[in-house]
Amino acid sequence: MAARVQAEPFDIAAELAGFGAGAGAVVTFSGLVRDEGGRLLALEIEHYPGMTEKALQAYGEEAARRFDLADWRILHRHGRLAVGEPIMMVATAARHRGAAFAAAEYLMDWLKSRAPFWKREIGPDGAGAWVEARDEDEKSLARWQG
Amino acid sequence: MPLDVLWFAWLRERVGQPRERIETEAATVRELVAELAAMDQWHAAALADLAAVRVAVDQELAELDAPLAGAREVAFFPPMTGG
Repeated sequence: MAARVQAEPFDIAAELAGFGAGAGAVVTFSGLVRDEGGRLLALEIEHYPGMTEKALQAYGEEAARRFDLADWRILHRHGRLAVGEPIMMVATAARHRGAAFAAAEYLMDWLKSRAPFWKREIGPDGAGAWVEARDEDEKSLARWQG
Repeated sequence: MPLDVLWFAWLRERVGQPRERIETEAATVRELVAELAAMDQWHAAALADLAAVRVAVDQELAELDAPLAGAREVAFFPPMTGG
């Protein structure tokens, strides 16, 4: 039951060692930097130190309550990340797969639209545009509310 | 009251600094926005389109009408793009 924000790369296998032992169902998701058809070299991710950690912890705890999770893990990087590098991961452990899958999706939807991270695209010519929030992400989040 | 104002992503670039300490008597975020936008052209540019701006008061997401009584830190930033 932990959230972490860091600049350093992480090893998914090492992060998951012993995770969810005895739970029955473990789901993990990790997001990698896309090259967007060769347009991107890297992403630069800015965040709000202090708020980020609190927000991730709060979303994790809410997911644990809502889906009765045995365990959860959120890891999100910031700084400059080259194409192909892992950006973030979530892991959820529950008695059965339905809750584990749903909780992972729930956490992803919150991370996309409500965790204080901002991505900027870095191309061959240097720093480019800030990534804009997508309406679909907002819609995905809305399905959990109310 | 003294208040730390933080800026992130393209709002930070428009304002030209990541944080500043100000003195304000603003009662709500909306009043603070009006004060900040009146400071200079850079602040005005950052806050020109409030539909594209999100706010956190003391590191919790907040609405424009949120009260500022007792607040120590207000952050302005674009819609978040994590994950």
